[in-house]
Amino acid sequence: MLRLKTPSSPHTHAMTSVSITMLKVIVALIPGIVASTYYFGWGILINIFLAGATALISEAAVLRLRHYAIAPALLDGSALVTALLLALAVPPIAPWWISVLGSLFAIVISKQLYGGLGYNPFNPAMAGYAFLLISFPQPMTAWLLPETLSGVHLNFMEALHVTFFQAWPTELRVDAVSMATPLDLLKTQLGVHKTISEIRFGTSIIGDFGGKGIEWIGNWYLLGGLWLLYMRVIAWQIPLAMLATLFALATLFSLYDPDVYSWPMFHIFSGGTILCAFFIATDPVTAATTPKGRLIYGAGIGALIFIIRTWGGYPDAVAFAVLLMNIAAPTIDYYTQPRVYGHGK
Amino acid sequence: MARRLYNFHGGLSLDDHKYEPTRLSAAPSHIPPRLYLPLQQHIGSAAAPVVGVGEHVLKGQLIAHATDYISASVHASSSGIVEAIAEFPLPHPSGLQGTCIVIRTDGLDRWSVRDHLPRTDYRTRDPHELRQMIRDAGIVGMGGAGFPTAVKLNPGPNVKIDTLILNGAECEPYITCDDLLMRERPEEIVEGMLIMQHILQADTCIIAIESNKQEAYRCMLAATQAAQNAALEVVMIPTIYPTGGEKQLIQALTGREVPAGGLPAKIGIVMQNVATAAAVYRAVVLGEPLIARYVTLAGGVPHACNLEVLLGTPVRYLIEEMHGVRATVDKIIMGGPMMGFALPLDDVPIVKTSNAILISTVADRPLPARVEASACIRCGECTRVCPAQLLPQQLYWYARAREFERVQQYHLFDCIECGCCDYVCPSHIPLVQYYRYAKTEISAQIRDKQKAEAARQRHETRLQRLERQKLERAQRHETRKHLVENNADNSTTGGAGNDTKKAAILAAVERSKIKRATSEGAQKNVENPPSDVQQKISEVDARCAKKCPEPRDDSAN
Repeated sequence: MLRLKTPSSPHTHAMTSVSITMLKVIVALIPGIVASTYYFGWGILINIFLAGATALISEAAVLRLRHYAIAPALLDGSALVTALLLALAVPPIAPWWISVLGSLFAIVISKQLYGGLGYNPFNPAMAGYAFLLISFPQPMTAWLLPETLSGVHLNFMEALHVTFFQAWPTELRVDAVSMATPLDLLKTQLGVHKTISEIRFGTSIIGDFGGKGIEWIGNWYLLGGLWLLYMRVIAWQIPLAMLATLFALATLFSLYDPDVYSWPMFHIFSGGTILCAFFIATDPVTAATTPKGRLIYGAGIGALIFIIRTWGGYPDAVAFAVLLMNIAAPTIDYYTQPRVYGHGK
Repeated sequence: MARRLYNFHGGLSLDDHKYEPTRLSAAPSHIPPRLYLPLQQHIGSAAAPVVGVGEHVLKGQLIAHATDYISASVHASSSGIVEAIAEFPLPHPSGLQGTCIVIRTDGLDRWSVRDHLPRTDYRTRDPHELRQMIRDAGIVGMGGAGFPTAVKLNPGPNVKIDTLILNGAECEPYITCDDLLMRERPEEIVEGMLIMQHILQADTCIIAIESNKQEAYRCMLAATQAAQNAALEVVMIPTIYPTGGEKQLIQALTGREVPAGGLPAKIGIVMQNVATAAAVYRAVVLGEPLIARYVTLAGGVPHACNLEVLLGTPVRYLIEEMHGVRATVDKIIMGGPMMGFALPLDDVPIVKTSNAILISTVADRPLPARVEASACIRCGECTRVCPAQLLPQQLYWYARAREFERVQQYHLFDCIECGCCDYVCPSHIPLVQYYRYAKTEISAQIRDKQKAEAARQRHETRLQRLERQKLERAQRHETRKHLVENNADNSTTGGAGNDTKKAAILAAVERSKIKRATSEGAQKNVENPPSDVQQKISEVDARCAKKCPEPRDDSAN
């Protein structure tokens, strides 16, 4: 008698997979990566390589220790996305071990030790970033002056030398090309009782709506983010709620006292705001998943970014805001279950 | 007049694969050498055979009658001799066997006598009489679940049905049997609908057709206009899977939601499949019982097509008749790719609810093989597409962890198993399989609990009975003792003692009366428990009712 296969329905499937999803995220990051490289030079790409290689190697090592198949996990692309996001948050002139340690922490501690992809409660890239920021504040806050401002371009070999030996070309001095980030600058200057307009127009590194020149990087991330929205890789709720909340709070306070509270566009286009809105806060594993829950989750991150930036100890607050809301995600999901069909209006 | 349409949550847009099987009109399939007619092709009790082995039967002759209110009769699909009444494999994913009446056909296809009403006569008939005709014809919902149609057409004396909906959505890919029926027999469908409208006294009748069936829409529109009845409406609805699901179609057409655990009749709606309507027409006007149906054949046959198949025809016979190479077949789906089930073998018959046979062969795989599942990344796509607005990923999580209380809190039993979540899952998790597993486990737990409860009650009743009997025995014993003592007194004191004796007897009777009364009172206590106990019982009942799975939608396809 003919014996046939009897799989459970449905017997057909959409052309989707985790790898395809992650690949789309990587593609969407490309404009931002190119823009960052344009402003900050080879250091960005060196960091990406270091973080990526560390992520893949350490993930493979842990999977081997856990007796799991290595290839499917590496091919799903999630480790690479984590490494990319971390590398883009690290200063381009940071020493090599910053990217390596951060990536190692992200993959081993905050992803694989919790059970691997799908089981990690915290965004691995942001956990890695927070670990670096707390442990090594000095190299984590020394940013490179955009090449468009300094007029200095390091070639690939020079950038490698900087990353691996902290050795700058002889004619350059470190403090001539490094700077604090605009957010950092604003924070320290406000600390010495300068007004926003004094800071804004008294320095050459702040432009129209963010760091001069680098404010445009946000637009390139935005482009990739909108493409992800269009491709339905991410849902609109988180980015919209996050940006709207941040914008609304910033507007409110800057109207109240424009001398002390920076203008809203500065908040949106400085630091990691846009990258966070479309690529970090939208990490599905660690975010809320109900439609209403995503709105609350996004709004929470927006509010926390504003609060920490304005009254907290860190100039950029993306990592901490995301990690704090990660903790809240399961609770948000529990209380925002949608009304099921047929269960009353 | 354009009807306002509503959206239901989620859904998918799928490649419909409907073109090829609709190029040819539906040809009648040949009479197979043997017909296997299961006694149960419907929801409810199995029918009971009324013919014996060796008996000659004619086409359309009753061979098994409905045994219950929710049951359906079975008729011979062709003339021949009853060869066996025995267990044979049924079309079921587990290879389940069930009693079938096997007819060795004689090829003459001779009809039995057909009692029928003249075409226009039904309007003067009592709904009850028409329902009986539908019931006698063995008609069940032909869209999928096979609920007896006569029962569905009897919503009860105090239920007003305002809308009768004919489901011609046919939203699953590949399936085109209703599409072709609407093209080829639109008048039968409209007549059948009018009969059902008369039975239900419905104000509005809507025929809903998905926008990917333009030809069927035109045919139905023409037939409806010819009927010249202002209550009839043909409505084109957007092609979104699963718009053919009963609840989704009601929502799309009326904006109303069927309350959880309830039937559409609760909100004044009855839905029937278009094929069921045609069968009703044939039963009432032509006197033909349900013995054949349109079936789509697609996949591993040279030409995808629709056939009018005699019920009981083995799937294997259809594959061979349509020149499919049986040896290369590796998977057969009965139904559509989203909700159909895979047959473990091809020696199973076409039954009243079989709408399509999808054949996958080694050379021609219309459907992709299942990819190994990876971890859930909580992307929420499943939530976005779920037409019941559930949180499929939470259901999966709790079903996998066997947290059955939790999975019910997340409304597992509102899942219609449409497969949308499963279809879009980037991790390829077999979500529907998890839900079926959880539903089966929970149902089994409830059954076990009910069994235990029944056993407990039996035990308690028995203890009470024994106690009562013991008391009564003691009572009788005491009365007799008194009588004997009194008699003894009587004999010593003479005739004067007669009065005391009578008094003693009276006293004993009184005592026994009181005892009986108290023991009866104790029993009444069980029948009419105090209000707090009563409340607890009704709470438990309500919980049980909520947990019990509702029957599958009759007209889902």
